[in-house]
Amino acid sequence: MASFKFKNVFLNDYYTLCYKNDFTNHFKFNYVFNDYYFGCKTLEKAEVKMQNTVLNNLIKNNLIKYSNIDLVVGGDLSNQISFTNYNMQYFNIPFLGTYSACATFVENIIILASLLENNFIKNGISLTSSHNLNSEKQFRFPIEYGSYKPIRTTITATGAVGALLARNGKIKIESATVGNVINSTIKDVFDMGGVMAPAAANTIAKHLKDLNRSVDYYDLILTGDLGACGKNILKEILEIKYKIHLKKYNDAGVLLYNMNNEKAKSGASGPTVLPLVLFSKILNQKKYKKILIVGTGSLHTPVMVNQKNTIPSIAHAVSLEVEN
Amino acid sequence: MNDINYKKIVKKYAPKEKKLKHAISAFLVGGALGLFSNIITTFLNKMGMSIKDATVVVLILYIFLATLFTSLGFFDDLVSKCFCGLIIPITGFAHSICSSILDYKKDGLVTGIGSNAFKLAGSVILYGVVAAFILCLIKVILYG
Repeated sequence: MASFKFKNVFLNDYYTLCYKNDFTNHFKFNYVFNDYYFGCKTLEKAEVKMQNTVLNNLIKNNLIKYSNIDLVVGGDLSNQISFTNYNMQYFNIPFLGTYSACATFVENIIILASLLENNFIKNGISLTSSHNLNSEKQFRFPIEYGSYKPIRTTITATGAVGALLARNGKIKIESATVGNVINSTIKDVFDMGGVMAPAAANTIAKHLKDLNRSVDYYDLILTGDLGACGKNILKEILEIKYKIHLKKYNDAGVLLYNMNNEKAKSGASGPTVLPLVLFSKILNQKKYKKILIVGTGSLHTPVMVNQKNTIPSIAHAVSLEVEN
Repeated sequence: MNDINYKKIVKKYAPKEKKLKHAISAFLVGGALGLFSNIITTFLNKMGMSIKDATVVVLILYIFLATLFTSLGFFDDLVSKCFCGLIIPITGFAHSICSSILDYKKDGLVTGIGSNAFKLAGSVILYGVVAAFILCLIKVILYG
């Protein structure tokens, strides 16, 4: 069984850092900037510094409560998750590196929650970042190359997010489901929503079945970065294949950007989108009590795509309960 | 995912691209570029330059402008609006080389710029040479 319940794990604190372009919505981010270089000489260093700022601030804000952090689990979109590795050399904290593309943040939370539940650690930080231009460079064309982007494509968000997990707090991590890698049968790298929707559907269905819950149990089901197209695809697959009718559902990728702007294309993508929207919008609204967050990741590399392989995808789910 | 004819569902929700609008803007921009280069060539010819030399000057001017605008950071916005109108002419070739170099300028002269400058333009050169060879071969066979 890939779903498990936690009794005593909480999201204690978080720190969000977001690059604001002309189509990013106004949410309550902890730190907003509008320089892709973040005061550094290269974009790579900028992403390292972004993570550094998040981790430093998160530790600083909680220094009185936690004299030392037991573990950091982190990852990003780069080759060999190099930005996170390079960032962690500045901290004397045990570190686990993870990669599930855009599902990294949720994967980190599941790992940390399992270790916390079993009393192996007292607290831990989940860390992730993404940078639009670094992703462009790695997965697509050179930054200044004016390639045309179809409307179905999603734009990688720039930001970094850290979340502190501990044994006390207001947001309870109630249960989690680890997803399977699903072959989406899609080869189109521009259609990330279509690639990730089957994995999201599979994980949501598995979560509900394992824990014997109906879809109405949750006040909100929030997927990571399916975008405007992927959102509809997910609804349809759940209807047809799993006979689940999604009602209280939204997608973080659609929420982060102002979808009326043409430049926003189909929405935001990247591992930071889900936590950015969750922490700076959904939790601030104080409207939802039971939230299921589903991080969705497309596990493609340029080499495998060039060799005409279909793109596999993964999704992990974590159920949160907000206490008053 | 084969059991529910997934590709059909994906296709159903994929937004329609405005192909006609793209084609018209590419046609107009590309045509304007051609018209402009013809005006310069004629002007230079009137000034006493031969047509052959004037064409070369126009090409150099376009390469320079494309490279300059790419470096200044707004040519990619123009290209994504005008599409093939700016990619098919020599401006696109200069743009692809310049953008690759800008990406890798911090990675070292050999390992960065040297090995990545022709990342996108390399295939244009290679298949250009191959196509030229095949066409010459056909010409030699047919006309001797």
